[in-house]
Amino acid sequence: MSPLELMRFAAGALRGHRLRAGLSVAGVAIGIAAVVALTALGEGARAYVVGEFAALGSNLLIVLPGKTETTGHAPLGAAERDLTLDDYRAITQRVPLLRLAAPLAAGSETVRWGERSRAVPILGTTAEFLAVRRLRVASGRFLSPGDPDQGGAEIVLGPVLARELFGAANPLGEVVRVGQWRFKVVGVLAPRGRSLGFDFDDLALVPVRTAMRMFNRSSLFRILVDCHRSDDLEAVKRDILALLKERHRAEAVTVITQDAMVAAFSSILQALTLALVGIASVSLAVAGVGIMNVMLVAVSERRSEIGLLKALGASNRQVLAVFLVEAVLLSSAGGVAGVVAGAALVQALVEVFPQFPAAPPPWAVAAALVLALAVGVLFGVWPARRATALDPVAALARR
Amino acid sequence: MIRLDDIWRTFSVGGAEVHAVRGVCASFAAGEHAALVGPSGSGKSTLLHILGCLDRPTRGSYLFEGREVARLGEDQRTRLRRFRIGFVFQFFHLLPRLTAQGNVELPMLFAGTGREERRERARRALHRVGLLGRAHHRPDQLSGGERQRVAIARAVVMNPSLLLADEPTGNLDRASAADVMALLEEMNRDGLTLIVVTHDPAIAARAARILRMDDGRLVEEWRPDAAAPSPPGQADAGRGTRSP
Repeated sequence: MSPLELMRFAAGALRGHRLRAGLSVAGVAIGIAAVVALTALGEGARAYVVGEFAALGSNLLIVLPGKTETTGHAPLGAAERDLTLDDYRAITQRVPLLRLAAPLAAGSETVRWGERSRAVPILGTTAEFLAVRRLRVASGRFLSPGDPDQGGAEIVLGPVLARELFGAANPLGEVVRVGQWRFKVVGVLAPRGRSLGFDFDDLALVPVRTAMRMFNRSSLFRILVDCHRSDDLEAVKRDILALLKERHRAEAVTVITQDAMVAAFSSILQALTLALVGIASVSLAVAGVGIMNVMLVAVSERRSEIGLLKALGASNRQVLAVFLVEAVLLSSAGGVAGVVAGAALVQALVEVFPQFPAAPPPWAVAAALVLALAVGVLFGVWPARRATALDPVAALARR
Repeated sequence: MIRLDDIWRTFSVGGAEVHAVRGVCASFAAGEHAALVGPSGSGKSTLLHILGCLDRPTRGSYLFEGREVARLGEDQRTRLRRFRIGFVFQFFHLLPRLTAQGNVELPMLFAGTGREERRERARRALHRVGLLGRAHHRPDQLSGGERQRVAIARAVVMNPSLLLADEPTGNLDRASAADVMALLEEMNRDGLTLIVVTHDPAIAARAARILRMDDGRLVEEWRPDAAAPSPPGQADAGRGTRSP
């Protein structure tokens, strides 16, 4: 009996109870669709986050002050472990491979203009920040370049903040109050959108020295370092660590590369995807039990057929094959339907949220189909074995 | 062709032993037409299943074409059923989802016969039972007599040497029964050994030899054209006898 004839025979048997077969196919299809859709969502989330990081610049190094929380308990003289503007200057002057670096001081304050006010994050930085963070200015100019220590009373607004405070009016040249301080608006950023949960549209940028004075800080929040090539990242990181170690006489800073963060996020999201798929697989197990149930009913319903097949000279192996192929046909039909349904679901989602790059990865589609096949075999074997174990005489006796 | 020697078939029902067949001895020559009669529960169907290799005797020897069937493995018994033995049942046992043609092709499907040859041989078998015109009807579109004729076509399509019929006319009206018996007898005249289980005396009387079973034993055997019933074995010349 050739595989093709076996399949034709099994398909003929399934046509005998379309509703039941259809329902168990639907069960598998739901499970497979869930696997495909959730994999696509997980992969989409990963691609989205990685893309966001890439937009920020993947040649980026981030220097964080280390152990600042221990300052109060440290012996006199060790308090200099904070990341200072002098550190920043030293880095820009003595690390040859870097392209640009920008210091960052951060705080939160209310910005007022006339009657209106809005509390936003205030970032203190230098002119280099614009290039390092890949931002653009929509109108006016960015912070003026020069000595980071000079401070100044100029401010650049994010587009949302500018719109909220000024409405249709032109903010350029206006004076705003930030806490007790007065600033002149010199520019407005172009919309950049949210990036990794931080809204670059709803903030204000001021000179770093001014921000440190305003928030009464001696330490920087971060130093962002942009390299020419991603191959230089390790060398630059080593140089910065060596430099700061020499300056602080102790290693008290952390340098992370953007790549490391991307990799960390990527692997977290991949784990999340696998967890989602694992949960979806549970529904496949349920669908498998459904197939087993349908096949058990089929075996007990078709006792006389099994007896007849044996009387006509079908071997146990052939009877087993007939019922196993039926189960596998059910599950693989469900697999194909599930992949189609899952892909359609993802497609519908992409229609609604075009910026979310969700697509079922090919490996997930292949895995889903293999999984469906495996479900059919796994849950079809036992009913098929029951069919072969049937005594033909007893099976033929009743009809 | 067939020799049964001291065949026993014992079932255990709820812990108790039930002897469906008790020490049957008989032999059937090639091309013979024999009827197996007896009341319900006399063991005639069980004996037929043993003859058809669907069931194994608990004890005793069953020689089929010179081979000891009791010692054959499952695969060889399957091959005997496939190539040497044809079955006809009281309830026809046609698969309702297949056409007459498809049902007749079934045994060849499991034998691995090619598609073209299957179709050709099934058509010939259907022609032989006079149903070629109904080849593409499903069983529910056929009358009882037609269904049984399809079943006969299916039973002979593999050219077996033995045809076993279990109450072949039990579900048919008198006219259809006569048609079916005529057909079976025609197969028998072409050389097929025919053993019919029946409790209809008229059907049994058409056989050359009648064996009567009661309570699992072969109690008497006679030839309808001969005068009186004789104890089993005596009509069967050259065989050792055994009293019931």
